[in-house]
Amino acid sequence: MRTTTKLTIAALTLAVLAGCSSTGPEQPAAPTEDKSPATPSGPTGSAVQPSQVTGKQMTPEEALLASLKDPNSPLSKRIIYFDYDSYAIKDSYASLISAHAKFLVANPKFRMLIQGNTDERGSREYNLALGQKRAEAVKRALMLLGVNEAQLEAVSLGEEKPRASGTDEESYAENRRSEILYSGEY
Amino acid sequence: MDIQGRDSMIKHFRWLLAACLFVAHGAWAQLTVEITGAGANRIPVAIANFAGEGLLPQALTGIVRADLERSGLFKLVDPGPAQVAENAAVDLTQWKERGADALALASIVPAPGGRYEIRMRLYDIARQGKPDGMIFVFASATMRETGHRIADFIYEKLTGEKGVFSTRIAYVSKSAGRYELKVDDADGQNPRIALRSTEPIISPAWSPDGTRLAYVSFQAKKPIIYVHSLATGVQTVVANFKGSNSAPAWAPDGKRLAVVLTKDGSSQLYTINVDGSGLTRVASSSAIDTEPQFSPDGAHIYFTSDRGGSPQIYRVPSGGGNAERVTFEGGYNVTPRLSPDGKTLAYVTRNGGRFQIAVMDLATRQTQILTESSRDESPSFAPNGRMILYASEIGGRGVLSAVSADGRVKQKLSGSAGGDVREPAWGPFNQP
Repeated sequence: MRTTTKLTIAALTLAVLAGCSSTGPEQPAAPTEDKSPATPSGPTGSAVQPSQVTGKQMTPEEALLASLKDPNSPLSKRIIYFDYDSYAIKDSYASLISAHAKFLVANPKFRMLIQGNTDERGSREYNLALGQKRAEAVKRALMLLGVNEAQLEAVSLGEEKPRASGTDEESYAENRRSEILYSGEY
Repeated sequence: MDIQGRDSMIKHFRWLLAACLFVAHGAWAQLTVEITGAGANRIPVAIANFAGEGLLPQALTGIVRADLERSGLFKLVDPGPAQVAENAAVDLTQWKERGADALALASIVPAPGGRYEIRMRLYDIARQGKPDGMIFVFASATMRETGHRIADFIYEKLTGEKGVFSTRIAYVSKSAGRYELKVDDADGQNPRIALRSTEPIISPAWSPDGTRLAYVSFQAKKPIIYVHSLATGVQTVVANFKGSNSAPAWAPDGKRLAVVLTKDGSSQLYTINVDGSGLTRVASSSAIDTEPQFSPDGAHIYFTSDRGGSPQIYRVPSGGGNAERVTFEGGYNVTPRLSPDGKTLAYVTRNGGRFQIAVMDLATRQTQILTESSRDESPSFAPNGRMILYASEIGGRGVLSAVSADGRVKQKLSGSAGGDVREPAWGPFNQP
């Protein structure tokens, strides 16, 4: 019973969130290593301005999906950066992780793919294993917040999908990351 | 004397140039091999222009000479411009005076069915024995292959080890976000695309019979292991477990693969049948275990693990058991690759921030760093164990290079088209 209520609330809130994005700002540039991630209010936050939904009404399902990409929603923040040779999730990502955990707990039908990535130095296969550790770290953090393991898959892209192509420390930092995708996005 | 010497040098250069032009012909996506270091004691060999070569669409002699020269083990002696028949009477003393320790003569004649027959005689002048002979019948479509087989014949007769000119290599090229898995002749002159993808392809590995490639593709947004039949182009999934599936390595019997799965968390070693059945755990650790490679006798699996704090090479009995550490020097030793005789281990070592190819004599534990660049990866032994093919980087571009296991011979294989070439794997002797 409780779960159902929570789910309904979450779905409604997200539907509202989804409706307000058509004139929202562009997706912000990817944060870099030293910028702390944006920390807007959680999924049940009140800072959201209601706005008109143009066209036909979305189904709750569609609204949920759209909400995941709403730049005003913390759920649109999908990248967790790591220090060199590190798999520890920095404290600054706590609100990002908890927003995603809340969403998954509230929406048990949703699944998440976590892709770990590394910089390009060293062996491709060893980097694949290192990227896996970054993905597993995010998975474990979500599970600690109550997410069912069946909803989560941690995989690695190793050094194969860099965000920055340079060979400087700044590019390497940009590539040491985990990225989050929801069902329907992969 | 002086003039004659210079004249012969000019001639030497002229046909070398001709060989180069031949090699460059239609080379838009081919790899050109450049020798940047040669063996200490190269065998001087003269390959006279084959009699009857005019019958062929391309010069066969050029293919043979280029193969031998590229190996770094031969010094080509100028044979002069004349075509010399296989059965011509030769004055070996005269060839000896020209500096040749060996002389190859051949004749090409038409054979039934629009084919050709080549007869070759190889004189080992230094050993003064009876000449060796061989006969091939071939169609013009298999001319390159025939050239490589002739070069293999000469190589084996003069060095005592099998040549690898007829073998194939596989590699991945990346250009403008497109990935191509290619199968090519060992000289990089005959690339054929086995697989195209918009997602990365890594870790190609030849089946022992040379008919299939295992590899990791990210086409499903995660790493999955496939086996690909080269004859049919059919791709089948070997391992698609939850998490990442990577680093396939064939067992010597060609029936099983060692793979790395993360279905239980960290990267761990398993073996699996080629059809995806019979999954068996090989080693267990709470750390990373990856890059498995069977020893040629199948008894051990060598692998990379950071169980001791830094990534090092270990080995474990392939049926499971206790792991023993193999590398100790330095803080980063990865990608173990065994020589075909199982005596030498090639691997990647981090040497003052540079990643280089090293070898270890497994009996004495002596190590030697073979390469000098800073991004050398993915070593792969030739099936005769002489050369190690690897991925390198020049000017920010991925290229293939090769170095002999003794570090003396060095080759650079560079494509004339843009884009990166990486993930080389040298195929077996067996040709389907």
